[in-house]
Amino acid sequence: LYIKINTYCWIIHLCLLVFEQYQKARTQFVQTVAELATRPQNIETLQNAGVMSLLRPLLLDIVPTIQQTSALALGRLANYNDDLAEAVVKGDILPQLVYSLAEQNRFYKKAAAFVLRAVAKHSPTLAQAVVDCGGLDALVISLEEFDPGVKEAAAWALGYIARHNGHLSQAVVDAGAVPLLVLCIQEPEVALKRIAASALSDIAKHSPELAQTVVDAGAIAHLSQMILNPDAKLKRQVFSALSQISKHSVDLAEMVVEAEIFPSILVCLRDPDEYVRKNVTTLMREITKHTPELSQLVVNTGGVAAVIDYLGECQGGVRLPGIMMLGYVAAHSENLAMAVIVSKGVPQLAICLSEESEDHIKAATVWAFGQIGRHTPEHARAVAAAHVLPKLLALYMDPDSSEDLQIKAKKALKSILQKCTHLPALEPLLYEAPSNILKHVVYQFSKVLPHDSKARRLFVTSGGLKKVQEIKADVGSALQEYINSINNCYPEEIVRYYSPGYSETLLERIDKYQPV
Amino acid sequence: MARLVKLQNEIERIKEKYFTRNRFAEENRQRENEAAIKIQSWFRGWQVRAYLSHLHWKATIIQKIWRGFRARARFRQTVKAVYFIMKMNFYHKMSVRIQRRWRGYYVRKYVHNYYARRRYMEGLIRKNEEIRRDLVDFSEFQRREREQIAMDREEQKKTVQAQRMHFLLSTKQCPGVFNSPFKPEPDEMELRLRRTKPQPPTASPRERDSRLGNRIPSTHSSASIARAHGAQPLPPIPIKKPQGPFREAAEVWAQRHRSLEPSLRVQTSITDLEEAQDQLRLEEWRNRTVDTLFQPFSKAHQNRRYERMIHTSSSFQPVPYGNKHFREERPDNLLGKKPLQRASSRLCNTHLRTAYTLPRTHQHIMEMPMWPAWSASHSTKT
Repeated sequence: LYIKINTYCWIIHLCLLVFEQYQKARTQFVQTVAELATRPQNIETLQNAGVMSLLRPLLLDIVPTIQQTSALALGRLANYNDDLAEAVVKGDILPQLVYSLAEQNRFYKKAAAFVLRAVAKHSPTLAQAVVDCGGLDALVISLEEFDPGVKEAAAWALGYIARHNGHLSQAVVDAGAVPLLVLCIQEPEVALKRIAASALSDIAKHSPELAQTVVDAGAIAHLSQMILNPDAKLKRQVFSALSQISKHSVDLAEMVVEAEIFPSILVCLRDPDEYVRKNVTTLMREITKHTPELSQLVVNTGGVAAVIDYLGECQGGVRLPGIMMLGYVAAHSENLAMAVIVSKGVPQLAICLSEESEDHIKAATVWAFGQIGRHTPEHARAVAAAHVLPKLLALYMDPDSSEDLQIKAKKALKSILQKCTHLPALEPLLYEAPSNILKHVVYQFSKVLPHDSKARRLFVTSGGLKKVQEIKADVGSALQEYINSINNCYPEEIVRYYSPGYSETLLERIDKYQPV
Repeated sequence: MARLVKLQNEIERIKEKYFTRNRFAEENRQRENEAAIKIQSWFRGWQVRAYLSHLHWKATIIQKIWRGFRARARFRQTVKAVYFIMKMNFYHKMSVRIQRRWRGYYVRKYVHNYYARRRYMEGLIRKNEEIRRDLVDFSEFQRREREQIAMDREEQKKTVQAQRMHFLLSTKQCPGVFNSPFKPEPDEMELRLRRTKPQPPTASPRERDSRLGNRIPSTHSSASIARAHGAQPLPPIPIKKPQGPFREAAEVWAQRHRSLEPSLRVQTSITDLEEAQDQLRLEEWRNRTVDTLFQPFSKAHQNRRYERMIHTSSSFQPVPYGNKHFREERPDNLLGKKPLQRASSRLCNTHLRTAYTLPRTHQHIMEMPMWPAWSASHSTKT
C-alpha cells in the first residue's frame, strides 16, 4: 500500500512538473521579449521572427504576470514605429486589450493603456482604430481607477488620441474624459497632473468648442493654481494647456486672464527650464493677440518688459513667441506700440534680428518692426534710430532670404517709411534702395524739405540732392513728381549745379562764348 | 364915267396883263406846288417828329422811373444778400472757433491726452523697472535656492561616503590615506571623517547568526528600528527541531514580538468619565454662539441688508443689523404686557424651566403642537 501511494504521488508530481516547466518557459519568453523590445536594434529581428502572433495568445494567458508582460512587450513594439503599430491593429489585438482593460488588475490595465497609447501615437488612422474598437470608453473607465499609475497611463493614451485632429479630440470629449482629466489634475501625484494637463492641452488645441468644453469642466482654475509649482515639467504642460485654451477666442482668453495668472506667470519667465519660459511666452502671445484691452492688461502688469528681458536671455527658436507677442501688442494701437518702445523693445528686437539666422524668426522680427513703426512718425523714428532700416533693406534685397521674409521686409519697410520723418535715417536708403522703395524715401524727403530749412541745407551738404538728381525717373511717374517737388525747394542754380553733366554744359558754354 | 372909259381904254392891257399873269402863274404853279408840298412835308414831318420825340421823352421818363425802381429794388436785394453772406461768414468763423475749442478739448480729454499719455508712459517705465528688478531678485533667489539644494545634496553624498570610509580615519599611531604627512594640512576628507560617526552595520552579527540558523532571535536595536518603520522582522529559518520540551522557534518569536493587547477596561483611563464631561462642557461653552443673525419677521423689508454691488466701488458700507437699534430697550412699549400665565404653569414651573432652558434659542419649540398635552400630562404627574 505504501508503495502504491508513493507511486501515485510520484505521478502527480510529474504531471505538475510539466505544467510548472511550461509556465516557467512562457514567463521567461515573455520577459525576454519585453526586455529585448526596449532596444530599437532588436525590434526588426523580433518582428521577422513573428513575435506578434506569439504574443497575442499570451495576452489571454491564465497567469496575470504573463499577460502583463506580454502587453508590455506589445506596447514597446508598437511604440517603435507605425508599421508595428499597424501590425498590432491588424492582428486584432486591440479588442482583447480593450476587453480586458475593464476586467483585469491594475498592473494589466497600465500595460494595456500603454499599448493603446503606443498604437495611437503614430497617426490619426491608428488612433481612429483605437477609438473604433471602443478603447475610449475603457480608458475613461480606467481614469476612474483608484491607482494613480493606471490613471496616468489612461490619461496619457487619451492625450495621444486627442492630439491628432479635432474629430478624434471630439470623440475623446464625447466619451466624457474631460471632467475626469480635470479631477486627475487635482490629484497629489505630480506625474499624473503633468499628463492630465498635457491631455487637456491636446484636447483644447483643435477648436474653440473643444476648448470651451475644457473650460466648462473648470480646468482653468486648477491649472492656474499650479503655475507656481516647483516641478518644471508640470509647469510646461500647464502653460501649454492654458495657451491652447486661450488661443481660440477673446472670451476664452479673458477667462484665462480672469484666473489671476498675471503678475505671477511673469516669474516663470525666469525659470531655469527653457520650455517653461517658452510656453509662458506663448501663453502671453495667445492672450495679447486678441484685443487691445488684453494687450493693455499685459502691458500694465509689466509683461512686455519681462518678455523683452526674456528675449535677451534666450537663443534660437524659443525667441519666436516673444517676438510675435511684441508684434501683436504693437499692432493693436499706437499707445501700445509706444509702450513696447519705452520698454526698450526695439533695441532688443534689433539684436534678435542680427543674431538669429533662421528665416522664419527673422520674418517674425521684421513683421514686429513693421507693426511697431507703422503708427506715427514718432514710432517710425524710434525704429529708424535703432538702425533697423538698412537691415530690413538688406533682407529685402538678399537673394538668399525666403520669399515670405522678403515680402514681410518689404511691407515693414513700406509702412515704416511712410511715417518716417527722421531724415538722417532715411538718407542711407537713397543710395541703396531699389526704385519701389526709393519712391517712398523720396516722397518723405519731398514732404519734409519744404518746411525745414536746416534739413534743406543738410540735404545738400550730405550729397542727397546730388543723388536725387541722378535718379532716373520716368516722366509723369510719381517718383518724378516727388523729385520735382524737392527741386522746387532749391534755387535753380543749385539744382542745375548738382545735376549730372553740369560741368560739360558749362564747358560747352565756354566754347560757344565769343568775347566782344 | 371917266373911270369906266379909263378902264375901257385899259381893258386891253388888262387883258394882256391878265394873260401874262396867268401864264406866269401857270409857269410857276408846278414849282410852287412842289414848294408847298415841301413846306407841308417839312411841317408835317416836324410835327410827327415832335410828337414822336415827345413820346420818346415820355417813354424815357417811364423807363427812367421804372428802371430806377427796379435798380433800387435789386440794390436792396443785393445789399441784403451781401449782408447775409457777411453774416454767414461771420457765423461760420465763429462756429469754427467753437468747434475748434470743443474738438481740441474733446480730443485732448478723451482721444489723445498728451500729458496723460506721458504720465502713463512714465508710469509704465517705472513699472517695467520694478518688474525687472523683481524678476532679477526672484531669479537670484531661485538660483541661490538651487545652489543650496545642490550643495546640500553634495554634502549629504560626501557624508555618506565618509561614513562608509570611516575606517580610513587616521589614528594617533598611523596617519590615514587622507592625512598625508608630506602635506602641511590633512585632506578635507580627513576632517570630514573626523566629524562623522561610522555607519552602523546594516545587520548585527547576532542577526546574521540567526539567518544562518541560530535560533536565538536578536534583540538588537536594528530589528526594533525595522519594526518601528512598519516592517515585520523576518522569522528565523528552522533547520531542525531541537531536543527538549521547547516550543517552535517561530511561535516563540511571534510571542516575543506580539504587540500589547490590553482589555478595554485596562485601556480606559480611570478619570475617563470626568474628562469626557469636561470635554463636553468645554465644547458646549465654545459652540454656544449663534452665527446667524436673528431677524424679526414683522417688517421684513426693513431687515434687508444693503448688498453692495460688485460692479461699483462705492464706499457705502452695509449697516449690520442689530448693532445699535436692536439692543435698545423701550420699556414704555412693554408696559401693557404681562407674562403669559397658565393654569398649569404655576404647578410645573420648575419642570418647565428645566425643559425650557436648553432649546431656548430655537424658535420652533414654541410651535410644537404637542406642547399643551405634554405640559398637562406633566402637571398631572406632579
